[in-house]
Amino acid sequence: MKKVLLPRTLCELWRHWQDEPGAAIYAGGTDLLVQMRNAAVHPPALICLERIAELRGIETEGDGIRIGACATHAQLLESALVQQRLPILAQALAVLGSPPIRNMGTIGGNICTASPAGDTLPPLYALDAEVELCRRDGVKHMALQDFIVSPGQTRIDKGEVLTAIWVPKAEGYNLQHYEKAGQRQALAVSIASLAALLRLSAAGLVEKVRLAWGSVGPTIVTCPAAEEALVGKRLTLETLQQAAALVRQSVTPISDVRADAAYRRALAGNLLLRLLAVPR
Amino acid sequence: MIRFVLNGKEMQLDTPPDRRVVDLLREDLGLTGTKEGCGAGECGACTILVDGESRLSCLMLAAQLQGRSITTIEGLRQGTETGLHPLQEAFVECGAVQCGFCSPGMVLAAAHLLERNPDPSRMEIRAGLSGNLCRCTGYVKIVDAVEAAARKTENKPEETAPKDATP
Ligand SMILES: Cc1cc2nc3c(=O)[nH]c(=O)nc-3n(C[C@H](O)[C@H](O)[C@H](O)COP(=O)(O)OP(=O)(O)OC[C@H]3O[C@@H](n4cnc5c(N)ncnc54)[C@H](O)[C@@H]3O)c2cc1C
Ligand code: FES
Ligand code: FES
Repeated sequence: MKKVLLPRTLCELWRHWQDEPGAAIYAGGTDLLVQMRNAAVHPPALICLERIAELRGIETEGDGIRIGACATHAQLLESALVQQRLPILAQALAVLGSPPIRNMGTIGGNICTASPAGDTLPPLYALDAEVELCRRDGVKHMALQDFIVSPGQTRIDKGEVLTAIWVPKAEGYNLQHYEKAGQRQALAVSIASLAALLRLSAAGLVEKVRLAWGSVGPTIVTCPAAEEALVGKRLTLETLQQAAALVRQSVTPISDVRADAAYRRALAGNLLLRLLAVPR
Repeated sequence: MIRFVLNGKEMQLDTPPDRRVVDLLREDLGLTGTKEGCGAGECGACTILVDGESRLSCLMLAAQLQGRSITTIEGLRQGTETGLHPLQEAFVECGAVQCGFCSPGMVLAAAHLLERNPDPSRMEIRAGLSGNLCRCTGYVKIVDAVEAAARKTENKPEETAPKDATP
């Protein structure tokens, strides 16, 4: 029998952690409890973060938006702030898992799991999100891109907890698109996904663009060369095909049960072509 | 000691805090309406309502019940005259049940959906039930049943009665 502790404040969390230094922390448990069931991890005790109020809110902070790490996907989807200011994140959350998974799973859990298929990650990379990490005696901030190292691996230190994600003010992107290709529509781990943020001028020229792909490398893949290839251009099949060719060169996909590497490479480029089909 | 409300009844249980809620319900409390299909979040057979929200009892530990109010399929009908919830009636009437293994989870997921969206389109019903697998029915009759239940609830006499028809 393992202890399961339910702190209500960060203060209580630090105290529990001192008593149970080997305890694993979890929020929704949709990744950790599955791993425990598969006997992949054997923590001696568990600390559930779901009741810590400090980890929950979604609010504006400075120019940006601060999202508590334990906000669930469902809470984020219902948030007017997310719907209005972060539509690309809302698009990704809408295709994450299933309704009960979204009621349980959290954005912090999705980040700390650091899966290349994590659906919140491509939007958060494209938006230049930062993470806020707390330990007993301090706080630090880090770009999300630096925080995630490899599949399942982050720069979180022992005794640290992810408290919030901070998303800076988006740069007037008037075309926001998240698309995930999977084997079915619900409950599907992505084969490849793309978050695309574009600012188009009144004349239809690309002024600014951020692109981030999921499931085509060990972490989320960005491709500055493809972004550069699009700036100043109109979104036509031809320009997108040029950018897609650059993307296919820079991804490093693996083959697994869902798809082989060559298919993923082709798909990473093709997802870009789909921007033509986004209603504007 | 874990205290929570189960189907409207106050409970106080001495149970290992790391016991999965699905095991607590089925094995310790004998509430076998909640099913376990995959044990890994994929099938929805173990769906329960926690403070009115659908959750998977295979991915929840007993300690997390502390202070919560839980509804299982056994408790959904409580307070209705027929002994069945409108969703359960509609499942029977539409033939939305074959082997029945998915039904408790489907009904609770549908209850969560109708609570938030009382008049869903067929697409919205499919999306709302997308965490629940059924290997028998092909889903069409399940969607029919949820549609029928939504209509039933809408046409409840007390809501359509012209009691507000005064000027
Ligand atoms: C059936 C099923 C379908 C799924 N489908 C998808 C999908 O389509 N797309 C997708 O991206 N994911 C999917 N997932 C994975 C999972 O649901 C998400 O990654 C979810 O966001 C994890 O959040 P959680 O709170 O449940 O994580 P938990 O399981 O609670 O935690 C995951 C990991 O993060 C750590 N952690 C959690 N919170 C913190 C914190 N605040 N600080 C530090 N560490 C923390 C934990 O220690 C643990 O190692 C699916 C999972 C299941 C079971
Ligand atoms: S048994 Fe819980 S989701 Fe399948
Ligand atoms: S009726 Fe058999 S699984 Fe749905």
